[in-house]
Amino acid sequence: MNVASIVKAELPTKISVQDLDFFYGENHALKNISMPLHTNRVTAFIGPSGCGKSTLLRVLNRMYDLYPRQRAEGEVLLDGENILDPRVDVNLLRSRIGMVFQKPTPFPMTIYENIAFGVRLYEKLSNSELDGRVEQALRGAALWNEVKDQLQSSGLGLSGGQQQRLCIARSVAVQPDVILFDEPCSALDPISTAKIEELMDELATQYTIAIVTHNMQQAVRVSDFTAFMYLGELVEFAETDAVFTTPKEKRTQDYITGRFG
Amino acid sequence: MSEHTVKGYDRDLEALDRQISEMGGLAEKMLSDAMDALSTFDLTLAQQVVTTDHRLDVLQREIEEAAILTIARRQPLAVDLRECIGAIRISGDLERVGDLAKNIARRTTKLVDEARTLRAIIGLKSMHDLAAMQLKEVLDAYAQRDADRARAVWLNDADLDALEDSVFRDLLTFMMEDPRNISFCTHLLFCSKNLERIGDHTTNIAETIVYLVTGESMPTERPKTRCFGQAPEKS
Repeated sequence: MNVASIVKAELPTKISVQDLDFFYGENHALKNISMPLHTNRVTAFIGPSGCGKSTLLRVLNRMYDLYPRQRAEGEVLLDGENILDPRVDVNLLRSRIGMVFQKPTPFPMTIYENIAFGVRLYEKLSNSELDGRVEQALRGAALWNEVKDQLQSSGLGLSGGQQQRLCIARSVAVQPDVILFDEPCSALDPISTAKIEELMDELATQYTIAIVTHNMQQAVRVSDFTAFMYLGELVEFAETDAVFTTPKEKRTQDYITGRFG
Repeated sequence: MSEHTVKGYDRDLEALDRQISEMGGLAEKMLSDAMDALSTFDLTLAQQVVTTDHRLDVLQREIEEAAILTIARRQPLAVDLRECIGAIRISGDLERVGDLAKNIARRTTKLVDEARTLRAIIGLKSMHDLAAMQLKEVLDAYAQRDADRARAVWLNDADLDALEDSVFRDLLTFMMEDPRNISFCTHLLFCSKNLERIGDHTTNIAETIVYLVTGESMPTERPKTRCFGQAPEKS
């Protein structure tokens, strides 16, 4: 597909994926993907299981580096710099591109430490500065009011929705450019889901966001752009409103209307 | 279009389609019965039209409810969402067509005592024939999800407007010839306005069909509607 025609000239691009191929050993999991993530916009990745959307997300912060026999070809430009370059410091990269997973993954530490831990890795802050950063992150994740009196209790004692927001706070604390969400609400009840979605609206004012979701309605609600993937290919990428009202590709239409397979 | 994985979803949408077709059939029949009643001063038939309108109103509510339920239950997207919204819009227009046909039928009772200058009705019949043909075309376009056919209906509405102009001038002439025609012709004037409005609703339905099929909206500028007394545009 012609990516140039759909990239809006006026919107700055935070991440530009160019001719990306990805392999799990012999398995060709992503096929020649090219698309932008626009700055301060939410981009949703949708598609049936195994279509490559989570893989693509994992490439964006080089999560795949942790596993042998997984390799990416092509380019992923973050502010013009190719993050697939082996010389890139992966730890630094992950502080710029945070990730929130399907299941909340708080560390078995206090709420305070859950957030301070990551910050200390990258920055030398005084105690009062660190306190400030933790509060700021918890406020940013709309969790402060609920936990401000129990910062020293375990993060594992929080509800699922609170744990997920704690993970978001942890990502926010290191002041990233981009936050990747991999089905962040699939283990949450509707109220917690709504809180996360509300939060995403706010986060998008400061960060560039990518979200993988199986919930089509969620993609419609939270995203500005939507990428539909199928069998490792990017089938359609466009503004969310267009994708969900008048998709150009028949495969997109069949998928979002529940006519697949 | 291939089927939904959830069969009940297909059944919901098919039911909407069927109900719209039923409304369309009723509206068509009401229109032709209303015109027949008017031109033959058939009060029984006129009364039938009025009665049928109730059925049309009930159907419209049922369609609205069914569409809203489908939206709540299935959260339709893309073409399915357009089907639901389309059904709501089209049923609204068909309900109005029914109301306008009912208005024509009701005038029959007033015309019976005043019947004069029967040739004055001829122009009205031409208008009716054109409006009925347009309505049939648009309902066929809906049944076949044919955007091109709907666009043709949309364009042809200009003819109905032109015809209304000429009916207006005819009726005016009759009234000037003999003031005793005034009451009778005024009733007919209202009928011609009703027919012209039916054309407008038909045009709305055509627009909805184009949107439903293609996802694109028709231009906001509709086929030129001329005002009374305004000279026809030079082509």
